[in-house]
Amino acid sequence: MLHPFRLHEPTTAEEASRLLYDLGEDAAVYAGGTELLLAMKQGVLRYAHLVNIKHIGLGGIHYDEAAGCLRIGATATHRSIEHSAVVQSHFPMIADMEAHVANVRVRATGTVGGNLCFAEPHSDLATVLLLYDAAVRIHGTSGHRTVPVSAFLVDSYTTCLGPGDIMVEVEAPRLPVGAGACYRKFAFLERPSVGVGIVIVPTRDRAAIADARVAVGCVGATPFRVAEAEDTLRGVSLAAATFEQAVRSAARALVARCDPTEDLYGSREYKRHLAGVLARRTAMAAREHLLAEGASHGTS
Amino acid sequence: MAPRDVAGSAEAIAIDCRVNGRPIHTAVASHRTLLDFLRDDLGLVGAKRACDVQVCGACTVLVDGLPVSACTYLAFEAHGKSVETCEGLLGDGELHPIQEAFIRSGALQCGFCTPGMIMITKALLSEIREPSVQQIKEYLHGNICRCTGYIKIIEAVQMAARACSGTGRR
Repeated sequence: MLHPFRLHEPTTAEEASRLLYDLGEDAAVYAGGTELLLAMKQGVLRYAHLVNIKHIGLGGIHYDEAAGCLRIGATATHRSIEHSAVVQSHFPMIADMEAHVANVRVRATGTVGGNLCFAEPHSDLATVLLLYDAAVRIHGTSGHRTVPVSAFLVDSYTTCLGPGDIMVEVEAPRLPVGAGACYRKFAFLERPSVGVGIVIVPTRDRAAIADARVAVGCVGATPFRVAEAEDTLRGVSLAAATFEQAVRSAARALVARCDPTEDLYGSREYKRHLAGVLARRTAMAAREHLLAEGASHGTS
Repeated sequence: MAPRDVAGSAEAIAIDCRVNGRPIHTAVASHRTLLDFLRDDLGLVGAKRACDVQVCGACTVLVDGLPVSACTYLAFEAHGKSVETCEGLLGDGELHPIQEAFIRSGALQCGFCTPGMIMITKALLSEIREPSVQQIKEYLHGNICRCTGYIKIIEAVQMAARACSGTGRR
């Protein structure tokens, strides 16, 4: 059961930041509540104050043409992203990923800010954002700063947010023209056990891979990019046989980097095996998307 | 809607909402869930308390048309919004086509999950008029039934979709 708390509803980021700074560890930010309320109900967390940031105007989703990036406000729900026309058209991998987060009830209330700031290790969103080289904009008592998602997530349930910091926005640059991309996960019920995302960028003649991005998540404390796997794929021909061979090497590099958390859903060895299988399948799907006219970026 | 001035307030927070079309003006404790509010304060016991941690879907209600888990949705959040529960589907003593479909399909046994299943079905059919079996499975997969094996539930949703199309009710 939930313990009583005092609710605060600031109307500006400055006000929210000041409140959080002044209240210190007795307070938490309240956005969607899908993670926070569970932990509070189960007695894992207890706060005397909740600072509701839904009245600050952080729910927007828009594409910034000048910067070439998607801007998602901290209180945008998974559902609003899934249904956003701009996300569906310019960032289809994000829209598809969001359509498979938990269930419709969670998607209707859970927010981007809650998902990232709670830093639950099983976050599809965090893994996919790594593929975009996305960053998080933070409002603190001394102004704004921007931090890459990779640096924002420090450990399981731990971010780089300090006293008085609130996350206000995610910014995700578009993928390079012609890129093929895919995110796939293996899940038990609604809990992703391993998630792998791959982006391959073709050379101008579309014969080979100019650049590659590989991210793994939901398997250890935080999601991460796998530089070794990316190096393996770079420069490789997109011809089926050559590509498949390179993908096998990339998958081995990815598995070697995985340090899975053993739990009820699988042993370390089992999750490593899953990661390798997913890496191969995801890479093949990314290639299919790349080769398809008007490349779409899928997820499954 | 403009935010309320609650900073520094005690626990009770004024809320102004509609539940099944009925205007409600009251005050709730900050930590009170919508499920507590509906069941204990308003006597609307259609939404069931089962897992209590938003996993099973038995407490599904619609807030401004969107399905939420009432067990982990704070009551003060209903301020300025419309809440629909299974009781609200009964119009002039007649069952809603979705309720009829669940009965006629034999889509319930113990019945505990049924109000949540019916409300999630209502949300689905308002979004997708004629959902495929795959779409039904994806939309309902967060609602758990321990009795039926789900086949009858899927049939009920299909039947309800046909009936809703016929009657224009959503």
